[in-house]
Amino acid sequence: MAAPASSPTPSNDADVFIELRDVHKRFGKQEILCGINLTLKHGETLCLIGPSGEGKTVTMKHIIGLIRPDSGDVFVGGMHVNKLKDREMAPIRQKVSMLFQGAALFDRMTVEENVAFPLIESGVRDKAEVKRRVLEALEAVDLAEHLEKYPPALSGGMRKRTGIARAIICRSECILYDEPNSGLDPIGSDIIDQMILRMQKRFGVTSIIVTHDMRSIFKIANRVAMLYRGKIHFLGTPDEIRASPDPIVQNFINGRSDVTG
Amino acid sequence: MIVTGAFTGAVFTFQSYAKFKEFGFETTVGAVVSVALCRELGPVLAGLMVAGRVGAAMAADIGTMKVTEQVDALRVMGVHPVDYLVLPRFLAMMISMPFLVAESISFGLIASYMVTSFGYDMPSAWYLTHMIDHTNMEDLIIGMIKGFVFGMIITLISCHQGLAAENGAVGVGTGTTNAVVISSLVLLIVNFFLSILLNYIFPIGSV
Ligand SMILES: Nc1ncnc2c1ncn2[C@@H]1O[C@H](COP(=O)(O)OP(=O)(O)OP(=O)(O)O)[C@@H](O)[C@H]1O
Ligand SMILES: [Mg+2]
Repeated sequence: MAAPASSPTPSNDADVFIELRDVHKRFGKQEILCGINLTLKHGETLCLIGPSGEGKTVTMKHIIGLIRPDSGDVFVGGMHVNKLKDREMAPIRQKVSMLFQGAALFDRMTVEENVAFPLIESGVRDKAEVKRRVLEALEAVDLAEHLEKYPPALSGGMRKRTGIARAIICRSECILYDEPNSGLDPIGSDIIDQMILRMQKRFGVTSIIVTHDMRSIFKIANRVAMLYRGKIHFLGTPDEIRASPDPIVQNFINGRSDVTG
Repeated sequence: MIVTGAFTGAVFTFQSYAKFKEFGFETTVGAVVSVALCRELGPVLAGLMVAGRVGAAMAADIGTMKVTEQVDALRVMGVHPVDYLVLPRFLAMMISMPFLVAESISFGLIASYMVTSFGYDMPSAWYLTHMIDHTNMEDLIIGMIKGFVFGMIITLISCHQGLAAENGAVGVGTGTTNAVVISSLVLLIVNFFLSILLNYIFPIGSV
């Protein structure tokens, strides 16, 4: 195979913020991603759906540089993520923040300290300012009265919301949410959806949201991508996905399995 | 630390006293025990204890953070895990290890002194004179240097085991066990070579 003459460059289109180009990834024998192509414009909200274990989380971790592709390229804000060294990732991490599926809160810190952590690390030193922003972020997820608790003492939904507050506090250009409304009740779920919408409208945040909740997709998404068998099986607006004749898509969004009882 | 140091000092004294008495050297026990404690037993015992207590805690702590994605969360927030998790532990260990070695040596000597003066009826002045005459600054320096090096070995191995942990709680468990076992083994091996090197730099018995 001939080596490419020059290293790949990001798209010239200034609107493009995130670009995945033919991304392949395998773990051991298992091929998880077999050629993912995806572009996201500034300010866009994309919902990523797909069966459990198909690689949604893995795809997200590629964007923020936690996982490197076996082949293919990832560009974020014009930077070639998978070519950066560990210590050169700082600019990516400033632009993009992430909610982990399991929240990944720091067990040794209170809710307040957890949420304040990225803000303090990004250089905000003024205590009053930090406190104000922490309260603001926690209010956005309806969690302002649990400041002093430690994560092991929180319920699953509370942990998730703390994780969301920690992901939004820096007002990054791009926020990746891995299942923000799983484990939340319908009202709590709507509070998060509204918050994501607000972030998009008010701050022009670009978001990718992994979710299984069809209702919130129709509320918040500009576009929906469905991951299936290691590829983007479907990409389109929420209305397009609802109208899609593809049986795999239809079974998925209507929650039909082929198993008969 | 106190207990291991003290009882090793005591048992070592007890054994060597009996043997030395056969040759009529019993008054030199203080000197032998003291030099051995400073150069070998003190740092090695302190190292093994620290590997078991602190090393295990480091590996378990960092390992738990790794498998619950807290380490990834740090990265995502632009904080390098080595800077945030390993470096402070490294510094703390470098500062505290010499004190722990000193503690282990001191209590070994106190115990040894008590065994000879109360257990056997050796005039305590003899013990002290011989001990002070034959223990040089070099012996103490060797103990401290070894403590320092052991501290670094334990921190590096334990933190590495923690950061390499995978597969949930099981992985944290194996990482912790590995941290203690590998640190202890490496420590004993390094001790041997360090002894050769340091004895070369600070020859035994020179005044
Ligand atoms: N570090 C890893 N080592 C080995 N295999 C991995 C690793 N991370 C993920 N996988 C595998 O990759 C596949 C995709 O995982 P991923 O977490 O991306 O799924 P997902 O689409 O997010 O599923 P879910 O909706 O259940 O969260 C799974 O089969 C998983 O076993
Ligand atoms: Mg997932």
